[in-house]
Amino acid sequence: MADLSINFAGIKSPNPFWLASAPPTNSGAQIHRAFEYGWGGAVWKTIGAPVLNVSNRYGAWHYGGQKMLAINNVELISDRPLEVNLREIRDVKRHWPDRAVIVSAMVESTPEAWRDIILKIEDTGADGIELNYGCPHGMSERGMGSAVGQVPEYCQQITQWVMDVAKIPVIVKLTPNVASVVPPARAALAAGANALSLINTINSIIGVDLDTLEIIPNIGGKGGHGGYAGPAVKPIALNLLSSLGVDPVVKQSGVPISGMGGISTWRDAAEFLLLGATSLQVCTAVMHYGYRIIEDLIDGLNAWMDAKGFKTIADVVGKSLPRISDFKDFDLSFRAVARINPDKCIRCNLCYVACNDTAHQCIDLVDASGNLVQPYSYDVRSNGKHEAVSTRPQPVVREEDCVGCRLCHNVCPVDGCIEMVELPSGRPSITWDELTKVRPEVGTDWEAMQRYREEVGIEIH
Amino acid sequence: MSEYHPPLTDHEAVVEANRCLYCYDAPCTHACPTHIDIPRFIKKIATGNLVGSARTILESNLMGASCARVCPVEELCEGACVLGAEHKPIMIGRLQRYATDYVYQRGIDVFKPGAPTGKKVAVIGAGPAGLTCAGELAKLGHSVTVFEKRELPNGLSTYGIIVLREPVEVALAEAEMVRRLGVEIKTQMELGRNLSWEEVRNNYDAVFLSVGLGSVPQLGIPGEELIVDGLSYIETSKMNPSALQVGREVVVIGAGNTAVDCATIAKRLGAERVTMVYRRTEKEMTAYPHEYEFAKKEGIEFRFLTQPVEVLHEGGKITGLKCVRMQLGAPDASGRPAPEPVPGSEFVLPCDQVVKAIGQEKPAVAKLLGLETEKGFIKVNHEFETSLPGVYAGGDCIRAKGSASTVMAVQDGKLAAFAIHRRLVAGLEAAAD
Repeated sequence: MADLSINFAGIKSPNPFWLASAPPTNSGAQIHRAFEYGWGGAVWKTIGAPVLNVSNRYGAWHYGGQKMLAINNVELISDRPLEVNLREIRDVKRHWPDRAVIVSAMVESTPEAWRDIILKIEDTGADGIELNYGCPHGMSERGMGSAVGQVPEYCQQITQWVMDVAKIPVIVKLTPNVASVVPPARAALAAGANALSLINTINSIIGVDLDTLEIIPNIGGKGGHGGYAGPAVKPIALNLLSSLGVDPVVKQSGVPISGMGGISTWRDAAEFLLLGATSLQVCTAVMHYGYRIIEDLIDGLNAWMDAKGFKTIADVVGKSLPRISDFKDFDLSFRAVARINPDKCIRCNLCYVACNDTAHQCIDLVDASGNLVQPYSYDVRSNGKHEAVSTRPQPVVREEDCVGCRLCHNVCPVDGCIEMVELPSGRPSITWDELTKVRPEVGTDWEAMQRYREEVGIEIH
Repeated sequence: MSEYHPPLTDHEAVVEANRCLYCYDAPCTHACPTHIDIPRFIKKIATGNLVGSARTILESNLMGASCARVCPVEELCEGACVLGAEHKPIMIGRLQRYATDYVYQRGIDVFKPGAPTGKKVAVIGAGPAGLTCAGELAKLGHSVTVFEKRELPNGLSTYGIIVLREPVEVALAEAEMVRRLGVEIKTQMELGRNLSWEEVRNNYDAVFLSVGLGSVPQLGIPGEELIVDGLSYIETSKMNPSALQVGREVVVIGAGNTAVDCATIAKRLGAERVTMVYRRTEKEMTAYPHEYEFAKKEGIEFRFLTQPVEVLHEGGKITGLKCVRMQLGAPDASGRPAPEPVPGSEFVLPCDQVVKAIGQEKPAVAKLLGLETEKGFIKVNHEFETSLPGVYAGGDCIRAKGSASTVMAVQDGKLAAFAIHRRLVAGLEAAAD
């Protein structure tokens, strides 16, 4: 069994899984229950300025019969009285000394307001504070949340106010609703933040009701943008997480990052760890299935770490970051082609239609005698399962024409049926950066490009 | 009795539709004799376009609601599903029923009659082949009259398939849909009885014969007059269930799908013991494997290599069926090993009711009209035209090869309609020159 415990900027937790600041951490009773299920920590639903909520609050995006691939919400920070929250935080921490209890905060942008809330939080005995610079709706209209996170100067100023007071670790939570998360991250670090977390929700409109033409979710006939989260945002979160991981300033600072955005399974969790997260926050998956999902998050991550020989979370954190690269540094001579395993192929022809209509037309349909067959070419008077199955052609990749785009591999419904096989390209390894350093003209002149291609034997169909 | 399978709920249908991989040039579509674009209609269920889904089905198969229920999907679409090998095939039949029920239950017509061409076509027999041909021709603008000898249209779909598989209302709704395309269906009109061939030939530009097959043949054994005809047994169970007399111990002679249906209703309507007797072995039986499995699960017993030789009776009541054991000999004309009686092996199966379902007589209309035949069935060319120019035929009455089924009849009706249309349009163009 691997050791899953973490020490995150001084905040200790028996495993890296924390409930993110959101409805699942709305009350002490909920967090007690979550801890009983085994969650390593919880970031209390943001406390701070007084608010009133509306209904309906959550929209969802469903696809292909799968419910809630993403959720969006217009719910604000905690609408429970501040004193009630503070009392429950104290109570939870007293009952669960080994778990991480972090309190998310958001108040109006004055040093007094921030000082006041930080002191109140510290008084509860909580392990850390997360500054919510991320909410893209509602609070941002009042100059809080993402209105702060989107402006590095505000980000730095407020963090500074907090750091002047705080004695416990402070995590700055970043908004993804920016061109780059690096400037706000650097601003937070410049003010002395102890850790970063990302991503908060992404601005979104989840949909329109086709019966009523109302915006989803409908709030008295109106609707608007809300925060988008859930499995569908994971790739965006991974990109933003890795953009911090490869930033020299962030790297230099050595502060840990708490990763979140669509983590639903231990597989997602492992990917976040590999791209530089030390702790992992989960919300939508819990909102879909309840606290019980912690069991497989821990169990699966443990099994994977054991299988890979990782003994501690620290062994995993950032392991894949060195592979993150820019296009200009990719090897232009690396060649992969698709190969279809006929023993696994079920002949659904999804690879064929994807390649033929939308990629590079390099998959053929071949009959048992090796002849090319056109789709829909059977006799309309033939029928029956034996006829249909026995005459069905096999998709075959013309490897010499395959550009290695990997679309067929992606659409194939059978695991391990279409493999991307590495083949020697016969060309020496070279990157775009290297090439344009020695031959800058290939990047500006099509004729020069053509000459280069002919020279090295690159043929584009 | 009601349908064996309940309708899919909305949730079940969407989940199942989403399981479909949406194969390109899909094998299910090839395997379907009418080549319904199955992935397309299923995808439309997934997107909530149910009218479009039903239209996709009915475009290729006008009797799609019947076929959804009675097709041997295990041998056709579902048998070819790419998920079948290591997984469960998509429930294509039940999804098809879901989509077609949607439009029939709401009275939505997905087709309109075509612009009138002024051409008239007579269809003889309002079974699935005839109704399909009539409907397709009406969509193309031809004026069609269907003559049907029975009281109700839609042939065996109405009279010959047990309610467990297809309720009467489904078959009648299909006929009504064809009527709304402008087709006139005249029932209780039979060629050679109250409808003269001359009248048909003189008043119509083309004729489609879809007369089906005749009655159940004679076994030629003593006491046969006490045996119940399987098709009437099923008909009574559908049309007048309270009048159906079911024995306590029932023997069904035959091992085709109709025989299985007869045995099933006997069992379900109270028979204590139902035994099917067949003179060959289970390998040669013509019921589909899934029907045989179904029958066994229903608790129906089978006596193979058993031939009835006499119905035993006392005072007009059956007391047993005397049979003889058979053994398989050299192949006969059908290519199957010929069963031969084992001398001295007679025995009696005690029973109080005997039903026979041993196929149907060849169509009598061939002789009446002087048509060329093939193995007793009406002979047609590639265009479904008989030896009489302008007279076409399809459905069970031409099924000299392969097994008779609703879906094959539909495909015949559709292809024949297109052939008739080409002929009539050629006539119109010639007239315009």
